[in-house]
Amino acid sequence: MTDDSANRGGQDYESSLAESDKSVASFARTHTPIETLQHVLHGNPTLVPVIVLIAATIIFGLVAGERFFSAFNLTLIMQQVSIIGILAAAQTLIILSAGIDLSVAAIMVLMAVIAGKLSVDLGVPAPISVLVALAGGAAAGLMNGLLVTKAKLPPFITTLGTWSIFYALNLWLSGAQSIRSSDIDESAPFLKFFGNVIEIGGARITFGVILMVLVFVALWYMLNKTAWGRHVYAVGDDKEAAELAGIRTDRMLISVYALAGLVCGIAAWASIGRVGSISPQAFYEGNLQSITAVVIGGISLFGGRGSILGALFGALIVGVFQSGLRLAGVDVLWQVFAIGWLIIIAVAIDQWIRKVSV
Amino acid sequence: MTQEPVLTARGLVKRYGRVTALDNCDFDLYPGEVLAVIGDNGAGKSSLIKAISGAVQIDAGEIRLEGKPISFRSPLEARDAGIETVYQTLALSPALSIVDNMFVGREIVKDGVLGRTFRMLDHKRMEAMAREKLSELGLMTIQNINQPVETLSGGQRQGVAVARAAAFGSKVVIMDEPTAALGVKESRRVLELIKGLKERGMPIVLISHNMPHVFEVADRIHVHRLGKRLCVIDPKSHSMNDAVAFMTGAKEPGEAEAA
Ligand SMILES: Nc1ncnc2c1ncn2[C@@H]1O[C@H](COP(=O)(O)OP(=O)(O)OP(=O)(O)O)[C@@H](O)[C@H]1O
Ligand SMILES: [Mg+2]
Repeated sequence: MTDDSANRGGQDYESSLAESDKSVASFARTHTPIETLQHVLHGNPTLVPVIVLIAATIIFGLVAGERFFSAFNLTLIMQQVSIIGILAAAQTLIILSAGIDLSVAAIMVLMAVIAGKLSVDLGVPAPISVLVALAGGAAAGLMNGLLVTKAKLPPFITTLGTWSIFYALNLWLSGAQSIRSSDIDESAPFLKFFGNVIEIGGARITFGVILMVLVFVALWYMLNKTAWGRHVYAVGDDKEAAELAGIRTDRMLISVYALAGLVCGIAAWASIGRVGSISPQAFYEGNLQSITAVVIGGISLFGGRGSILGALFGALIVGVFQSGLRLAGVDVLWQVFAIGWLIIIAVAIDQWIRKVSV
Repeated sequence: MTQEPVLTARGLVKRYGRVTALDNCDFDLYPGEVLAVIGDNGAGKSSLIKAISGAVQIDAGEIRLEGKPISFRSPLEARDAGIETVYQTLALSPALSIVDNMFVGREIVKDGVLGRTFRMLDHKRMEAMAREKLSELGLMTIQNINQPVETLSGGQRQGVAVARAAAFGSKVVIMDEPTAALGVKESRRVLELIKGLKERGMPIVLISHNMPHVFEVADRIHVHRLGKRLCVIDPKSHSMNDAVAFMTGAKEPGEAEAA
């Protein structure tokens, strides 16, 4: 280096740079098989739930035999998980943004009750009631989002509060009475649209199951192929960095909560088809079940990591365990016991993967 | 200097609780120059540039860009106005890829209906652009441009942040200790990059504790002390020793150095 300014105030230490090794950093260090596994899982966090789902299906197929491993039962499992599955999709959006939503099922039930009341009691055309439910879901989500961003309340506390609020509104509106299936059939069969079934052989696929898959595909696309989705990950990963990098993080979070609310509204419509009647007491555990599906699906509760498809697999894993254990003649209490362990193991695996040594 | 400054600040005040990080601070950046900002740890250098880039809101004072008063409420607004910043903390999202990080907030969507209606990202184009920018910085020792930033070394991360600012800055590029974690070779690249940007007429603010680097690239040196500009010195007429003496309070600036 002939530039004298570089040498001012001390010895030159850079002239040898010209002869420096131009080769790219290479890693001579070898990984143990366990470390390699850890790396692979770090890059593909959905791999674990996929493996667990396939393994569980095979094992229960062997244990419970034909009754479990039939087209009828496998599609029944999908029907059974469809509503929690859709809620888990909404929950995933929130958890990816480093939040948590305890109110998803409460929003859903409230919107189902509103749609039912409007059409069955007040004679409002069903499509309009459905639109009201969807808009109401989005509005409820928006409320959560505004409380989290503008009032700066922690998501856990916010949604713990709105869970109670939405539940109370739902009991008040419904008078704690269910709307009967036959009444819905009579005045607003459109509300049960997602209960329609396509039968192929023994398989019974409801429109609700198809809807669940479509919801996941649409959200997967948004999260992975659009700037909006990348920003959800960025905000969940490190909010401060995202803000400095030029993301309007508050607007981002509000849109996430509102979209999750809209998805809950969609779940409300689907739930009427799935259950038949509209019960204000239905899905009381749905909030926690949606979180269970997300966690078992390998999505980190700390935000920013995991694929939404994991939540779909997580919901299916829960369904497969419940169905398999039941058909194997295991008491319900042990089904609950098993799901508990699944959650703990899933979180332990997440922690282990996050400790990956680079 | 007879030119109008691109960026000026007068009487900036920023308090964090009881700490006064900026205490009536002035600042001037002229077209096409490299302005180094030096000062002890905690002197308020990062606070100054954060105030300029909209990352923190000042309590008092005025900032002008090309003569027009500005008050950015967020870093995005500063960025849209053409001020690009490499923060000391880098502001990268660890789980996102290098490409995603470089284009965050200014993603390119595909042409046609896929982009217009479905907002689909044009990953190929962003990758090609990111690769080009990183090669310019000699950072292509990174094997995979789609690898998450968290799998990079500290220096490589710094390189990504610098490449991002250099690629998109249009009026001013601010760098808060861009070479702090870099090796000799990589620091050299960043210095060359700064000179390259300067040749293209880009004014640059460089915060650094590395005196040889500062004296090599700076046209003027803003000495920051206790939350304000103490003086501005010319690296051609002052030694590194003078600079350090002012910075640490060992020596008071005389007439010649008055800001
Ligand atoms: N977010 C904050 N909250 C409270 N105090 C802060 C905050 N940021 C900075 N400060 C305080 O403001 C003062 C100036 O900090 P600043 O980061 O601007 O210094 P600096 O000159 O960049 O130092 P360094 O060379 O270490 O980067 C310090 O006393 C610091 O403690
Ligand atoms: Mg600093």
